Amino acid sequence: MTGWQFRGLRTRLLVAFALLSVFTAVAVAGIGYVRARDGILQRTQDNAAVEMTNQLKQLYPLPRRPVDANALQVAADRLNGRKNSALVTSGGHSAGDMPASVITPELRGAVQSGRVAWQRVDVGGVTQLALGSPLLISTGDRRNPTVPSGIEVYELRNLDAEIEAVNGLARNAWLAGGAALVVALILAVLAASSVLRPVGELQRAARRLGAGDLDARITVRGSDELASVAETFNSTADSLQRHVGELRRMEADARRFVADVSHELRTPLAAMTAVTDMLDAEAKRLPDAAGEAVRLVSQETHNLARLVNDLIEVTRFDSGTASLAVDDVDVAEAVRATLRARGFAVETDLPDGIRARVDPRRLDVIVANLVGNALRHGGEPVTVRLRGDQAGITLSVEDSGSGLDEEVLPHVFARFYKADTARSRSEGSGLGLAIAWENARLHHGELTAGNRPGGGAVFTLWLPREVRQ
Amino acid sequence: MPRVLLIEDDQAVRDGLRLALTYQGHTVDAVETGEEGLARLAGDPADVVVLDLMLPGMDGFEVCRRIRASGDLPIIMLTARNDDIDVVAGLEAGADDYVVKPAQARVLEARIRAVLRRTGGEPRGQGAKPGPERHGDLTIDREGLVVSKHGTVIGLAPTELRLLLELSASPGRVLSRQQLLESVWDQGYLGDSRLVDACVQRLRSKIEDDAAKPVYVQTLRGFGYRFGPL
Repeated sequence: MTGWQFRGLRTRLLVAFALLSVFTAVAVAGIGYVRARDGILQRTQDNAAVEMTNQLKQLYPLPRRPVDANALQVAADRLNGRKNSALVTSGGHSAGDMPASVITPELRGAVQSGRVAWQRVDVGGVTQLALGSPLLISTGDRRNPTVPSGIEVYELRNLDAEIEAVNGLARNAWLAGGAALVVALILAVLAASSVLRPVGELQRAARRLGAGDLDARITVRGSDELASVAETFNSTADSLQRHVGELRRMEADARRFVADVSHELRTPLAAMTAVTDMLDAEAKRLPDAAGEAVRLVSQETHNLARLVNDLIEVTRFDSGTASLAVDDVDVAEAVRATLRARGFAVETDLPDGIRARVDPRRLDVIVANLVGNALRHGGEPVTVRLRGDQAGITLSVEDSGSGLDEEVLPHVFARFYKADTARSRSEGSGLGLAIAWENARLHHGELTAGNRPGGGAVFTLWLPREVRQ
Repeated sequence: MPRVLLIEDDQAVRDGLRLALTYQGHTVDAVETGEEGLARLAGDPADVVVLDLMLPGMDGFEVCRRIRASGDLPIIMLTARNDDIDVVAGLEAGADDYVVKPAQARVLEARIRAVLRRTGGEPRGQGAKPGPERHGDLTIDREGLVVSKHGTVIGLAPTELRLLLELSASPGRVLSRQQLLESVWDQGYLGDSRLVDACVQRLRSKIEDDAAKPVYVQTLRGFGYRFGPL
């Protein structure tokens, strides 16, 4: 049985019911058939034996011995009937229509030992009953009441009617078995459905639950084991929903806290940032140490402001309030504008005429972060390459440093991830690459990091030509 | 030097900006609420308003609308959040430009200078012909900086006027949002194109017969804006 396995519950149930019904039908019908057949045959044989002994009485008084062929023929003619043929033998002679070949040695032996015997024999493919009886002579002696006369009488009886009756029985047994099988299969289908429908519902609900639909529940019917499974599922889903809800609330609270803190920091920072230009100008006129202190305050105010801005940007990605303001831009021109505005000196391969509908400000953030990152942590020369095709644009930023470690690669876009734990706080908030990645995702694009074969890291940005919003 | 009216509710920010702008040579009038600011404008007009959007009482959007309704004073919004919805709403309320807090004084100062430059001077377009130009029902006087429709003068804010002059200087030519940002707003290449969109909407509501079916300032999706053809 290749390829046909008892996988499904439905198949297994059907097979089990079918086997059970077939076994039962075979057992019941088979035993019934065998007993009925034996009974019929037994009765037939008994009747035949009784009939034969009655017929044999007509042969008395026996002809004198040695019996001649004529006398045998007369006896045989008496016994021959519609349904049977007879053979009378004595010594080497025999007479009658019955072929001697059907008399088996066992039958002959039994008859010669002085008993009435019968046996079913096969005559040309048809089962017939062969009976044999010795003719006995009464002696009047108590101890030995009879002696064999030497004459044996055989009869062959036709069993057509009985065989027909037995065949009828067999047919009925088959019909009953077949009907039982059909009924069993129907019951099996019904039983399987009654089990499988709730199981199917359970499976669908479990799948929905797994896909994140925490409202998935199933209707509980009745009070059987399946119903209790359904109840268990529902209560599990309830508690899962509660826990997930709690986790989400906690996460939302944490995010709100970060957002609130960032916003609260903005106001004092706005006041401080407003005066940094003044401080920078005045620092020149202050004595060394004081000037240095003022410059320090000014510089760190900017760093803090950038960190807070980046934090707020991240909270907007998290809360889903970040949105795109797309415009049709010449990407090469936009990248050059970014490099110009930041004063980045890099090698470029920026073919003109590659246009895409992107958010120019977000593209600027991505490019500035990637190039700034390459210049700070990679190594010069840094190359920015642009390519475009039907679907989108690809922008790669390659540096000539030592590349990214294998264990760093998966985390390179993580927030506040420092590749080198010993590295001091660099310029930049530690959120730049994370924000670049989020910006790419907002465009339905992607940002990936890897290493060049010749050493050096490469960051690749892919953006679709047109954002489907 | 230009006179700046600063409307900002937080005292530290107000003081910081007042100090810094004064240090740059501006005359600064700093008030705490929108109501105060409007009262101050009624008596003693400033050259430019720097307006915080998040104000107690009357909010910045309302203040912006009222200033716009009564005149063409340039307005620069201070947005505490760079939330897109705030920026767009502020621009729709009539602000000419915006600066995100925290901002360095020199950034704010540059925006102030840019917005004030729009009130005078020739637009950088192809050589304008002297005398008023006729474009359909519109008459544009580039020297007198007056725009009228059917002989009635239309009151345009400086940015709106500047945008119209820039577009009408080369009728039929498409200008991208980035080009307009550079020429009208003095922003580098990476300005916010929503400034252009919001200003175009305000301009249309004043010069078009039906702002939903514009004739003078037409949109070319994916490319930018074009004046005419009529």
